Amino acid sequence: MNPRPWALWRAQVAAILRLEIRKTLLARRGLWIYLLAFAPAVLLWIHAGLNLRDGRTCDLGRDSLIFAGMFQFFYLRLAIFFGCVGVFMNLFRGEMLQKSLHYYLLAPVRREVLLVGKYLSGVIATSVIFCSGTALALAALFVHVPRAVTEQYLFQAGGLSHVLAYLGTALLACVGYGGVFLVMGFLFRNPIIPAALVLVWESMNPFLPSLLKKISVIFYLQSLCPVPVSARVGDFSFLTILTTPTPAYLAVPGLLLVTLAGLLLAARNVRRLELNYGTE
Amino acid sequence: MSGHEREIVFENVSKFYGEVLGVNRVNLTIPPGITSLVGPNGSGKTTLMNLMTGLLQPSQGRISVLGVAPDEPERLFRFVGYCTQYDSFPRGTTGYEFVHSYLLLHGKTAKECAEMAWHAIERVRLTEAAHRKIAGYSKGMRQRIKLAQAISHCPLVLVLDEPLNGLDPLVRAETIALFRGLAEEGQHVIISSHILHEVDAISDQVILLSNGYVVAEGQIHGVRTEVEEHPMQILIRCPKPALLASRIFELDTVVEARVHNDGGGLLVRTRDPERFYLLLNRLVVDGVDLESVAPADDDVHSVYEYLIGPDGGSI
Repeated sequence: MNPRPWALWRAQVAAILRLEIRKTLLARRGLWIYLLAFAPAVLLWIHAGLNLRDGRTCDLGRDSLIFAGMFQFFYLRLAIFFGCVGVFMNLFRGEMLQKSLHYYLLAPVRREVLLVGKYLSGVIATSVIFCSGTALALAALFVHVPRAVTEQYLFQAGGLSHVLAYLGTALLACVGYGGVFLVMGFLFRNPIIPAALVLVWESMNPFLPSLLKKISVIFYLQSLCPVPVSARVGDFSFLTILTTPTPAYLAVPGLLLVTLAGLLLAARNVRRLELNYGTE
Repeated sequence: MSGHEREIVFENVSKFYGEVLGVNRVNLTIPPGITSLVGPNGSGKTTLMNLMTGLLQPSQGRISVLGVAPDEPERLFRFVGYCTQYDSFPRGTTGYEFVHSYLLLHGKTAKECAEMAWHAIERVRLTEAAHRKIAGYSKGMRQRIKLAQAISHCPLVLVLDEPLNGLDPLVRAETIALFRGLAEEGQHVIISSHILHEVDAISDQVILLSNGYVVAEGQIHGVRTEVEEHPMQILIRCPKPALLASRIFELDTVVEARVHNDGGGLLVRTRDPERFYLLLNRLVVDGVDLESVAPADDDVHSVYEYLIGPDGGSI
């Protein structure tokens, strides 16, 4: 046994990240993930551009509510959700289809270390994509309102903490959904089935008993969103049931626990993983 | 180091893919040197290789590679290299990046990995193409870069699934010389190949497989001797084969003797070659003129035909 396994594992994870991140970020088959991630930003920038051209300004309060709705109902539930399906389910399955996974399995790396390396590469890639998308969309909110209003919103009305909360929530969404879809990648060959199952489960979340609610990613993410939309945005209210949000100090560990459970299950699967490209 | 720590050992190993048999009740001890796995498609060659490298897990039985179980990749692949039959690579990489990036997984520094990668690439003579994308390589070059990746960490056990596929004759000869060199250094080189005359030329021992069972194993001469239902065939080159035939039939060990197609020798079949050679010596002493005496079916091809049959799959 290596007397300093952590140093070796760290070096191996770094090597895996080096191989994987570029592959995930530059994959041609992942273009649709960029479209999902940057669609809200593109729309908001078009809106901002039209307003700037016409010399109009918007109500920042109203725009931030619209953004909150878009973030919760499109970005978290669809864009990041499906983005993570595309990235994390392919971390192992994609390489099986490409018949290149054996190069990893034939290296002196514990399978669990390989799993952690691949998972972290997925988290880094998706959070770079989706946090950039969130940041660009938020920037579009501020670009067409007077600078004084923006500064007042950011530094006096708690806007900056909202911005950080949105970015943090996007990051945690990648962490949470990443863990879920990593394990799904081992259990299912076709990504459509687990994606549909998890989507239905997440959509049922408001109607579930309290205990079952907690076995979900969206439950914790919703609690972390800085602007609750269910009570204030009428257009989306039919989708939700009013519940007391879980405080962040419980939501973050809760989400990490759900992720950890997913990773432990995935670790068990990767330990038993057999290479049989013929059946893929 | 105990005996088992110098050998690859299969103990009663079976592998089933659902209802389908991969290999059944395999008991093997593979010593250092070049060992060839020979058998038709679907006979279990790749399954055995995948089992010994942990890519598959046995349904039953135990495997040990120099004392290490295949389910401990972090220990096993410090000294095992496996060049698989899969002709696929990570997208967009050059030959050098391919070898170098997987060496980094050994936990060595980038500089050490660079040196090892170049050394391996030089050994397979791909230095000039190393910075080109693998996607643009020929079949033979892809085969060689896979080989470079498998040998880059100087393994003690090298497992090679059809390693000579796609290589031109010159590179093929160089590659065989490389395998011989590794075996002479005391390494285990396990090869599966369809090309029987090459197997014959390079192997220290063979393992014959058919339908998931080990049909025979050992040095080819020993395996041939055990095939008792087919008498050993010996070719005797001599100027007067008809005369020799008449004398040969006097020997009770001879089952059959016929003049060779080219008329320059006699093909003899005997169930007791050792005794036959002794008696043949007496004929020489008596003045019979012989040019050469050599076994005619003491090779992998003949043994394969006797044990598995000429139609043994698509070999």
